[in-house]
Amino acid sequence: MSADQPLVLGFETSCDETGVGVVRGETLLFDAIASSVDEHARFGGVVPEVASRAHLEAMVPTIERATREAGIRLEDVDAIAVTSGPGLAGALMVGVAAAKSLAVALGKPLYGVNHLASHVAVDIVEHGPLPEPTLAMLVSGGHSSLLLVPDVTHDIRSLGSTIDDAAGEAFDKVARVLGLPFPGGPHIDRVAREGDRVAIDFPRGLTTGRDMERYRFDFSFSGLKTAVSRWVQAKEAAGEPVPVADVAASFQEAVTDVLTRKAILACREHGVQNLQIGGGVAANSRLRAMAQERCDAAGITLRVPRPGLCTDNGAMVAALGAQMVLKGRTPSELDLPADSSMPVTLVQA
Amino acid sequence: MLLLAIDTSTSAITVALRGEGVAASATVLDARGHSEHVAPLIERCLASAGRTPAEVTGVVVGNGPGPFTGLRVGIVTGLVFGHARGVPVHGVCSLDALAADAAPLVGRRELLVATDARRKEVYWARYAVETVDASTPERLVTRRLTEPAVDRPADLPDDVRALPTAGRGPVLFPDLFPHAIGVLDVQAATLAALAEERLDGGEDMPVEPLYLRRPDALTTAERGAR
Ligand SMILES: [Zn+2]
Repeated sequence: MSADQPLVLGFETSCDETGVGVVRGETLLFDAIASSVDEHARFGGVVPEVASRAHLEAMVPTIERATREAGIRLEDVDAIAVTSGPGLAGALMVGVAAAKSLAVALGKPLYGVNHLASHVAVDIVEHGPLPEPTLAMLVSGGHSSLLLVPDVTHDIRSLGSTIDDAAGEAFDKVARVLGLPFPGGPHIDRVAREGDRVAIDFPRGLTTGRDMERYRFDFSFSGLKTAVSRWVQAKEAAGEPVPVADVAASFQEAVTDVLTRKAILACREHGVQNLQIGGGVAANSRLRAMAQERCDAAGITLRVPRPGLCTDNGAMVAALGAQMVLKGRTPSELDLPADSSMPVTLVQA
Repeated sequence: MLLLAIDTSTSAITVALRGEGVAASATVLDARGHSEHVAPLIERCLASAGRTPAEVTGVVVGNGPGPFTGLRVGIVTGLVFGHARGVPVHGVCSLDALAADAAPLVGRRELLVATDARRKEVYWARYAVETVDASTPERLVTRRLTEPAVDRPADLPDDVRALPTAGRGPVLFPDLFPHAIGVLDVQAATLAALAEERLDGGEDMPVEPLYLRRPDALTTAERGAR
C-alpha cells in the first residue's frame, strides 16, 4: 500500500442508507448511496426490518457502483472500514458481514468503527485535516451529541447528548403535526423560509437555571415538540387557520437556538477554537446560518460538510478508516460484533 | 471446482469447502452471533484445507427460510465474497439440506422438515425420499413436495406432523412432532453437495432470501384504516 495515501472502502448500514464510500488518503473518490427512505415514508418512519432487507438487496450493486465510479479495482484497496455501531442491530449486521466477507475474500485489514466518529471524520475529505481538538455537534434523526474530539481515531469524549428525542426526531414529529411528509427536516426547512421566526416563542429546553447546571451540554426536544402540538391544537380548536410557515419557522428557531448556544458555550468552556457540525440536521439552512453568525461573533472557526456528507454515507466511514491506517492503528479482529449501542467513546470495535 | 458453502438459517452458523480432494467444514452453534462468526469460519475452512480465497470457483448460500437477521448475514457474506472473487453465487433452500441429511435415517418414505421460526411457529416443508434407480437401492435422493411455509405447528395437518421430522421443530414442540429425527441444524457440507448435484444437472439456483413473512409494520394508510 502507499503509506501516505491508503485506499479505503467504507461501509455504512446503521440506519436506512446503504453507503459504500471510496477514499484515498484524505481525498474522496466516490460516495455511493442507496436509500430506502421512500419505502419508509409509507410507514411514517424507519422500519428496521424494511431497512435490513433493503441493505441486503443494495449491497453488491452499491459496492459495484462505488468501485466503478471511483475508477478503482477491489484488489487495489488497502483496507476496509465498516460502521460497527451504534445503530439498528439488524441493519448494522448486514454491513458488518459484508465488510468482513470482503476483507476475507481480498485478504485486507478490517476496521470496525464508530458511526459518530465517522460523522466527525468525514469533514477531513471536505475541508482537510481536522483541527485537534475539535468540538463536534452531531444532530440527526438518531443522535444529538456534543463531543470533544482530541483525536478522531482514538480519543472522543462525550460532553452531552439528548435526554429524550433526537433533534431530527423532533423535526419528524413536528412535521407530522403540521401535515408535512416524512422525513420532516427538509420540509420544515422549506416551509419555514416563508414564515416568521419570532412569531411564536416556543420553549428552549434545558437552557435555564438548575437545568444549566445539571444538563449543561445536554438537550431535550420532547417538551418543545409537545408545545408545538398543543399550540397547533389550540388554534384548530378555536377554528382558526394554522399559520404553518410561522410555526415551522418558530420551531426551527427554537431548535437551532438551543443547539448553537450550547455548542458555542462548550467551545468556550473547553477552550476549543473549532466547531464542526454533522448529521442530517446539519443540512438545515437556518442551523447553518445561525451557527455561522454565532461562531463569527465568538471567534470560532466553523466547519460543516456539504449536506450530502452530513447525512449517513459510506464516505465518512472510509474517511475515518483512512485516518486509522494513516495513524497506524491496529486493525479490528475478524470476529468484531455489530454493537447497536456502541458508546461514542469507543472509536474502534 | 472449489465451492464455498454458507448457511445461517438455523442455530448452526456453518461453512464448508467442497472440491476435488477438499472437504473442510466448520460450524458454531449460536442462535445470535451470526455476524461475528461467519467470516472467521470461512478463514478457518480455507486454512484447514490449505486453500486461498482466490481458488474458490463458486459460492453457495442457504436461502433459508430462517430468522431474518441471521439469514441475511449468511446471504450477504456469500454475495459479497462471490462479487469480490468474481465467481457465481448460488442459492439452495436450507430445508433441503436438512432433508438430505435426514434421508439415510428414514429410508424410502416421506419426511418432514420443521425448523424454529420463532414466535411459536415453524418453517416447514414435506419431502419424499426416493432411490435414484433400481440398480443402486442404497443411493437416496430427496424431493421437496411442498413449498416452504411458516405456520403454527398445531395448524399443520395431523398426518404431516406424524411424519419423521428433522430440524428443531420436535425439540421445541415435542408433543406436536412426535417422530423426531436427530438432525437438528443445517450443515454447510450438505448444502455444498446439493449445489454440486444441481450444478451438474444444469439447474438454475437463484439467491433469494426466503423470508415468508412481511415486515412487522403498518403503513400510515393501514393504521388509519384501523
Ligand atoms: Zn448518523
